[in-house]
Amino acid sequence: MTSRAALTHPVDGRFGAFGGQYVPETLMSALRELEDMWHEAKADPQFQLELAGHRRAFIGRPTPLYAATRLSEHFGGTHIHFKREDLCHTGAHKLNNAVGQALLALRMGKKRVIAETGAGQHGVATATVCARFGLDCTVYMGTEDMHRQSMNVRRMKLLGAEVVEVTSGTKTLKDATTEAIRDWVTNVRTTHYIIGSVVGPHPYPEMVRDLQRVIGDEAREQYLSLDGKLPDVVVACVGGGSNAIGIFTAFLDDHDVTLVGVEAAGKGIRTGEHAASLVAGRPGVLHGTYSYLLQDGDGQILTTHSISAGLDYPGVGPEHAFLRDIERVEYVAVADKDALAAFRLCTRLEGIMPALEPSHAIHQAGLIARDLGPGGRILVCLSGRGDKDMDSVDAG
Amino acid sequence: MLADTTSRLETALKAKGDLKLVAYIMAGHPSKKRSIEVGKRLAGSGIAALEIGIPHSDPLADGPVIQHAGQVALQHGMTVEGALEVAQQVAVEGVPVVLMTYINPVLAYDPRKFAAEAAQAGVAGVIVPDLPIEEAEPVAAWLRAASLDTVFMVAPTTPPDRIGDICSHSSGFIYCVTVTGITGARKELPEGIVELLAEVKKQTTLPVAAGFGISRQDHLKALRGKLDAAVVGSAIVDEINRAGDGTALVRELLKACR
Repeated sequence: MTSRAALTHPVDGRFGAFGGQYVPETLMSALRELEDMWHEAKADPQFQLELAGHRRAFIGRPTPLYAATRLSEHFGGTHIHFKREDLCHTGAHKLNNAVGQALLALRMGKKRVIAETGAGQHGVATATVCARFGLDCTVYMGTEDMHRQSMNVRRMKLLGAEVVEVTSGTKTLKDATTEAIRDWVTNVRTTHYIIGSVVGPHPYPEMVRDLQRVIGDEAREQYLSLDGKLPDVVVACVGGGSNAIGIFTAFLDDHDVTLVGVEAAGKGIRTGEHAASLVAGRPGVLHGTYSYLLQDGDGQILTTHSISAGLDYPGVGPEHAFLRDIERVEYVAVADKDALAAFRLCTRLEGIMPALEPSHAIHQAGLIARDLGPGGRILVCLSGRGDKDMDSVDAG
Repeated sequence: MLADTTSRLETALKAKGDLKLVAYIMAGHPSKKRSIEVGKRLAGSGIAALEIGIPHSDPLADGPVIQHAGQVALQHGMTVEGALEVAQQVAVEGVPVVLMTYINPVLAYDPRKFAAEAAQAGVAGVIVPDLPIEEAEPVAAWLRAASLDTVFMVAPTTPPDRIGDICSHSSGFIYCVTVTGITGARKELPEGIVELLAEVKKQTTLPVAAGFGISRQDHLKALRGKLDAAVVGSAIVDEINRAGDGTALVRELLKACR
């Protein structure tokens, strides 16, 4: 087993073989500046104090740990708890990252912020912090996602963001990210790019992880305060993987705790219409980082499918690739129809409407619960709320 | 660190009073056959070297014109292997050919195989815009082992102390990105480009070429005497889009080079 220290400090921007900075030369000095500024800010008590204040009063942290008793009963008596990131301001864990990076943009003196978004949650989080801190905001979003998540488009516009429709390629998160990087290459001197997940070139995977680990740090403490014991299993959904890294990081050194990442199997891995890069992909470079990817034999990035826009991405964070290869985290994939069923079940049994992304994790928790039996202990990262998914659920 | 023998690219691109011109086409755009025809015609049009793009689904450094050309090429079934064939057929005309693509197609093809086959196809060098010097090895080592030039880029945002590092990693020529941005024709050359070129010239004996945004005679006139070569990409691809072969544009631009 690798110690936590080795896991959490990328060497030369890499987690094992994964990560790196595969970007045009134009961005290299900005990435260096960002890395320096982030390490400086992270070590600055004033910055940490300010961040803690915004977490408390703006995001609404700490978010509660919730005992999902009726769901537990339904799945045969294993104790299932939710870490309620759906109760964060704006409805998902994305704000944890956006607040931290907005403070960093201010510290770097950059007045313009850009972001990519898939489900719209990161776009809304970025538009929200830009409104809060008085920054100019441009969000890139694929045409396809703008249709799937029209409410979030309206929210972003109300918050003062310019939403740029991306019509190239698959018209989803992948192409929105490519377009955002192009904007950054062009406007790098004045603009900070707030990447929404633990993807992209170094230092993004590390920085976003540092800002999201609050999820697991809180959850571990809250869980221990129940009866002094840790969960048997921690489950989280993985698209780019920021909520999963966020909750896993605190448990990496707890070797008795099994960590399970749940990707989107879409219509089924065998159909090819899925977004399970760790389960069914091969390593390669996308958006500046070396990690598992869904690609053809010639290195062209494949079209992905998931009912959940937030998981519909052909790559994954490089730290996940590393955790997969050292077998510290087990990665599985859950299909659209199972995620939909879990969405409905959770809504009816708990009065909590989860986003379709964590609905994948809830389904997997049900399967694990059946294995563990009564007395088992599962912690699920409920990364966001499901109001945004009403149309997809009705259509499914 | 580089071989003592002067590379073909180095010889071809060194300006001797005039400014050299490098053209760009995308392999497989608008079809494989047509891209070979266009490449052959450009080879005889007075250019000093030809860049041939291998299409990628996610071309981070390219603007809409070259991205579109890449999408067309991919839709028509262009592959890395197919692009190497295009390169081979064009290289027999004697013009030094430089392949330009992104790192993932090279990794997927296997960098060692890619380097060997590119060399066999008569390719002179390779440019990978999303491969900064920090990430260059081991891919660059395979390219060098196959006697291919590895061309790295300097950008307007590159600090002076880094320019030297980039120059020492490069062979064939130094590719100077003129704009803070992506490929695509622009009306005006950006401010500061002359200073950047002067800084690069100071730090290398290799030929220095400028690219991104260059499309007009007045751009070339402004650059003449300040560097060795200029790369024209999107403007030529645009002509190919309109059923041309780029040679008319090359002829016109060459007038401004002398």
